[in-house]
Amino acid sequence: MRILKLKKNDLFPFLEVISKEAELWAPVKKGDKHVFEHVQDFFQIEMQTTRTIIPPKRLMVPPTFNTFTFTAKGYKEDLSHITKKILFGIHPCDIHGLLTLDKLFIQEFIDPYYQRARNQTLILGFSCWPDEHCFCRSTHTHIIEEGYDLFFTDLENYFLVWIGSSQGDDLVRLMPDIFDENLSNKDIQAYILWQQERDKAFKTEINFITMPDLMELEYKAPFWEKVGTACLACGSCTMVCPTCNCYNIVDKQYLGGKPGKRIRHWDSCTLHDYSLVAGGENFREKKSDRLKLWYTHKLQAYVSKYGKPSCVGCGRCLVTCPVGINVKTVARALEGKEVDAFWNRLSREVTK
Amino acid sequence: MKIENRSLPQANPFTPEAARIVHTYHLTEDVKFYQVRLVDMDKALSFKYRPGQFAMLSVLGAGEAPFSISSTPSRPGLLEFCIRRVGTITNALFRLKENSLIGLRGPYGNGFPVDDIKGKDIVIVVGGLGAAPLRSVLLYCLDNRDQFGDVSVLYGAKRPAEMIFREEYFSLKERGDLDCHLTVDADDTGAWKERIGVVTTLFPYLKKVNPPNTYALVCGPPVMYRFVIKELLKLNIPKHQILMTLERRMKCGVGKCGHCAIDYIYTCLDGPVFTYWDVLHMRELI
Repeated sequence: MRILKLKKNDLFPFLEVISKEAELWAPVKKGDKHVFEHVQDFFQIEMQTTRTIIPPKRLMVPPTFNTFTFTAKGYKEDLSHITKKILFGIHPCDIHGLLTLDKLFIQEFIDPYYQRARNQTLILGFSCWPDEHCFCRSTHTHIIEEGYDLFFTDLENYFLVWIGSSQGDDLVRLMPDIFDENLSNKDIQAYILWQQERDKAFKTEINFITMPDLMELEYKAPFWEKVGTACLACGSCTMVCPTCNCYNIVDKQYLGGKPGKRIRHWDSCTLHDYSLVAGGENFREKKSDRLKLWYTHKLQAYVSKYGKPSCVGCGRCLVTCPVGINVKTVARALEGKEVDAFWNRLSREVTK
Repeated sequence: MKIENRSLPQANPFTPEAARIVHTYHLTEDVKFYQVRLVDMDKALSFKYRPGQFAMLSVLGAGEAPFSISSTPSRPGLLEFCIRRVGTITNALFRLKENSLIGLRGPYGNGFPVDDIKGKDIVIVVGGLGAAPLRSVLLYCLDNRDQFGDVSVLYGAKRPAEMIFREEYFSLKERGDLDCHLTVDADDTGAWKERIGVVTTLFPYLKKVNPPNTYALVCGPPVMYRFVIKELLKLNIPKHQILMTLERRMKCGVGKCGHCAIDYIYTCLDGPVFTYWDVLHMRELI
């Protein structure tokens, strides 16, 4: 690994050059939040962002896309939605989100749609500063060791740029003169100080070590019924989660002999029909059962397979769920602590 | 700089292979039997599977769904399915005539551990449409009869007309090398010569079992499992030798779409065959 120095003024010229190679996607403002978009005007890029509304998983598996076109002759694979992209400004938690999805999609039966999109996207990570909802320090996803081509750490007067892959190295070699290989002791000290200050800035901590056991021990705890009663079964938590991968497949036919399409779209385990089989048997009719599945997956099941939770601490469920059902409040409830969340106050404030 | 494929994916595992319905007929009013052959003859003959595995069938324009394979790998070439009409895809399948083309991919799932079962006695407990996946393992045992110990079959259906493959089972009763008991919940024909009652009422007729040497294979509607397992435990059959094959919603068959997740496993990869120990060990199985 090589770490280089880049002057702040040189960033946009660098993006200008590399954006000729592929679509440049970066965080831009949308209302008072942020989204990843294909940017033409670099001044739109927002560097000092926290989480985007939807995680960058949507660039790898779009919410809806066509997998096959079919005619009477058979099925023809459709990879046409996949384009070459450079994803700039992705934070460590979201890079870990993609690494988590890799484990699911690029193993055993390889998902060609995900794999192709993943291979055609360069990851240019960017450092960030936690807000009150970030808890990636608890999931150890505030630092990255792999999964990026370049990574920019924003120090006061310049960027430190990590080269993480051969393709990242190719990007740097497009403008070798603007990158400085000579890091002084002062630069190193500045980085160490930045890291220390950043680590101190976290306000939310969750003890994930105890979660698998607590999920088991508290599986029948009464608070799940409260959570289930309050849940709107809207699926928002799963849409914004960087590690949620569930999808549905539907066939669409068109009039006039046009080829049909086999569409794949995001699905959510919190929706009513998620476990419904033909004939009417629904294995998870109750909202609390569906939420238990989600939290089992995030806090327990993934740990037993891969040794870490399937949560990257991005805080999206904390800012998205309208009734306060999120990893933080559920973890607190599992720990037996008093939880000040809407789902817990519901019977007091609304039912009366 | 070039952004190119770091490694190209091999064949798309979601691509359905063209398959032909070579023979189909009604087993009951709403269950049809299908014999299907992959159009590509080499693929048809090299299609390897284990009893208890399933395949994803596609009907052009209607969609794709999982179906357990009812034929046995000991008779290669043709794949058999028995399919109940319950939804969009099965309705579309019912409209297809012989010689129609469908899409097929698979086989998926773990299937029954036939190598472990070899040399052992087998008790097969069937409820209703559970006969579809269990037919594969039953025929496999019969085709390799000398490799297995005693074989017993207990099969319960709601009414005589709803007992699928009943002619096959009647002829099994004629064979001297297995023990077969049939029952219906109610006889509305007046012509039913076998027993009447739910499937658990057949247990007293079972020959004496040698528990450590016995595997029980169970499939039926969700409500049946608890009652049948209770009877099997009474016979002292070990928990890990009680096998059952379960149904879940599946969209991909290869552990990606998430729908069949139970606890930390996917039914499509780690199932659909589970032991009673799995049931005790994992939540939500039955």
